[in-house]
Amino acid sequence: MPDFLFYLFSALTVLSAFLVTVSRNAVNGAMYMIVSFVGMAALFVLLEAYFLAALQVLVYAGAVMVLFLFIIMLLDAGKGRTVRPDRLTTAAACIGGLLLISGLIYITFDSGAAPSTPLPVITELPENATATNIPFTTSSRSFGYGLFTKYMLPFQVTGFLLLIAMIGVIVLSKRIDSSGDEPAKPRIAKS
Amino acid sequence: MPPELIADILWKVLFAVIFVVVIMTFAAYSVLAERKVASWIQGRVGPNRTALPGLSAIPVIGPHLVKMGIWQPLADGVKFLFKEDPIPGHVNKLYYCLAPAIALIPALTTMVVLPVGQYTVDGIAHPIVLANIDIGILFILAVSSLGVYGIVIGGWAANSKYPYFGGIRSSAQMISYELAMGMSILPVFMWANGTEPGLGGLSLFNVVTSQQAMWLGVWMPVPAFIFLTALFAETNRLPFDMPESETELVGGFHTEYGSFKFGLFFVGEYAHMVIGSAVFTILFLGGWNFLPDFGIDGLEWLSDPWSRMGWFGSVLSVLYFIAKTMFFVFFFMWVRWTLPRFRYDQVMNLGWKYLVPAALACIFIYALIIGLIDIAFAVEETPAIVQ
Repeated sequence: MPDFLFYLFSALTVLSAFLVTVSRNAVNGAMYMIVSFVGMAALFVLLEAYFLAALQVLVYAGAVMVLFLFIIMLLDAGKGRTVRPDRLTTAAACIGGLLLISGLIYITFDSGAAPSTPLPVITELPENATATNIPFTTSSRSFGYGLFTKYMLPFQVTGFLLLIAMIGVIVLSKRIDSSGDEPAKPRIAKS
Repeated sequence: MPPELIADILWKVLFAVIFVVVIMTFAAYSVLAERKVASWIQGRVGPNRTALPGLSAIPVIGPHLVKMGIWQPLADGVKFLFKEDPIPGHVNKLYYCLAPAIALIPALTTMVVLPVGQYTVDGIAHPIVLANIDIGILFILAVSSLGVYGIVIGGWAANSKYPYFGGIRSSAQMISYELAMGMSILPVFMWANGTEPGLGGLSLFNVVTSQQAMWLGVWMPVPAFIFLTALFAETNRLPFDMPESETELVGGFHTEYGSFKFGLFFVGEYAHMVIGSAVFTILFLGGWNFLPDFGIDGLEWLSDPWSRMGWFGSVLSVLYFIAKTMFFVFFFMWVRWTLPRFRYDQVMNLGWKYLVPAALACIFIYALIIGLIDIAFAVEETPAIVQ
């Protein structure tokens, strides 16, 4: 039964992810993307990682995609215009895609691939749990424990990277005209 | 399959059907309650004479059965079912038909993890719940956040100006208030996990048992208020009914909908409201705890009288929980006829400039207080987190 469900949800995820890339209507694409995210959450549930599954739905399907839909509808980008990519972009995309696929194949068939043993389900942290020997379980508590002890620095660095990306986007998307002044603020009716 | 497994599945299906029937009945009667409350507040009578034919002919009890319009939801449901259901020619048919279902299904799915009472076996309390999973509240937040797609997609698929505005407003409002809502409940879970020894986690039953000494709404009034405000926004109730706002957008997202599809949107909104009230009761009003016992020894019977009464106590705990939930459903209606609708920019300002910073400040302050309590009183009892 779990095998069948795994193949069902994998097929759902991959198929809808594929449909995202080929659908011409932006709203259709967004809906397929939501289906893809929910399918991935279902795969997490099959791995008994309920916490990750809930976060997947909450953050990606529930919040990020609502934002996507909002932007699509606000800009009325329903019927996307087709832009032919230039040669350089095509070549770079092909090389990048090939590298990714070869990397994935290598990881899948390499003998030292990710372990596939099921994680132990414990209900309570042992008394002698310290930062270095955290038992990795699927309970949300052990996620938090690991995140705030052993993986504190990577966690903070990731957050900082996101902040940098956000500031970068704000700087890039803020159009500065030739005189170097800030763009005029959109007029808002005084209320 | 072994017979035990089949029996187990059958029991679960039976419980699920009971839950669905109860919640749907509450949703249907909330519609009636809304109309009655509205009419009382406006000095009218409201629905008062719908009845099955021949019912008033029953001697003695007959005339009482037709009062208060208690048969009105039945009549409304039958009307929605049998009305003609045209699909306008200019809509996107797939999404147009899908949207009402998307609006209703998440609202009903969230009840899977909703504990409604407790039963006691060998002195240990267990929740009455369909699935007692570790991530209860996250599940509710995640699934109910999917419900907005019904409104957004419905507004988009209607392919007409005002529903489109309703859909856009709904998505923006959802993003703004979900953040505040998620952050406002963090102090609750810090409290439920921080000072009490035990399994912890994000299950709602754990939150209720941690409130025996004091209901969290009393000493966390600001998070409770933020959560309640965000709940109003997420259920699209006045003063936050931007997607609908019938004075500017005709009928908002459901302008192009009629008969049964409109009925699904309608029931979905009320189901969302009932579940939201139940979650608020669990998080901030002590769930089915009778009264707070202030942590005094010997007063436990005040917070938990149910465990001494056997199965009857379980029934009472469920009824008490339902009564608290119903009060909040009434509160929703009360506010609807008390506050005027906010303007759209006021909704956005309130969400981003007031609620989100206030929720962040609450997380910080309560983390500090809970940490201090931990250090001062309960270091030996807490699990290895403090080291």
